[in-house]
Amino acid sequence: MYLDPDVSHAVKILIVGHFGVGKTTCIGSLSEIEPLRTEEEITEASVGFDDLSGVPDKKTTTVAMDFGRLTLSDSLVLYLFGTPGQERFKEMWEELSRGALGALVLVDPERLHESFPVLDLVERFGLTYAIAVNHFEGTTDYPLDEVREALNLTAETPVVKCDVRDESSSAQALITLVKHLMSLLG
Amino acid sequence: MPDGPEQDPELELTSPLVPLFVITNGRALPPDHEYEHTTLVTAAAQDGPVVGRTLSPEADQVMDLVANGFLSVAEVAGHTHLPLGVVRILLAQLEEDGLILVRRPIPRAERVDRELVSAVLEGLKNRFGA
Repeated sequence: MYLDPDVSHAVKILIVGHFGVGKTTCIGSLSEIEPLRTEEEITEASVGFDDLSGVPDKKTTTVAMDFGRLTLSDSLVLYLFGTPGQERFKEMWEELSRGALGALVLVDPERLHESFPVLDLVERFGLTYAIAVNHFEGTTDYPLDEVREALNLTAETPVVKCDVRDESSSAQALITLVKHLMSLLG
Repeated sequence: MPDGPEQDPELELTSPLVPLFVITNGRALPPDHEYEHTTLVTAAAQDGPVVGRTLSPEADQVMDLVANGFLSVAEVAGHTHLPLGVVRILLAQLEEDGLILVRRPIPRAERVDRELVSAVLEGLKNRFGA
């Protein structure tokens, strides 16, 4: 359960995507610990008809977020945070993107339009990212170029297929992202 | 899908049973960057018995958890099932009292450190044999 006593660097990568795209499954495939969950407080504007003042009221709600862990050496540990891609969670993004190495964006080729708000957040917070396109055995195989075009991605953005239920497939997607980070560092 | 529909964590909105200010003794939330998700904490070595110290049950729970090694702030929250904000407040108090040691992540440099990213890549390759 505990980290190596010599661990000196803890880094994080965000696993992001829309509702139901497979973030939790992906983290479960990769994590060395049983994925854990944090409860984070976020402030939301509450829109209620009982609000007579007409001034938007703010309320605090709690949102659950899954994460996992990968020990990479005696001194280095990587945390993977499953980060929901809705605009209303941008407070969490603000904190989680701080110091993050980058983001792996999971997309479902059948629900590509749902990935636009996610990509918007990733870009707004200046995160380097790679795209992992859900592909399960026996489902339609969407050409990656079509996904790239539909999502309006640059030529440099890596796009890979990924079965998030599979450890090595998920690892490959993660490695693709880290290689991309390396290439940007020259 | 063979493994059934994904439980979506972000839709699980919860509210605490005990008002948070009770658990935290009315202390305010430290700034986010003070105890980030990836900040590492462990119990400080104690010289001799601690006399007259009364911790809240929640602070006790945190101390028990980190008694034998380092864990991240996120893991402390995950294992204790306490909201992250509460964990941060408790950790601030425990650090102030000298009961825990804290290793904070390196502040984000102007540029991401190439050496660090390279170590991450090597680590992943070793781990997953790619």
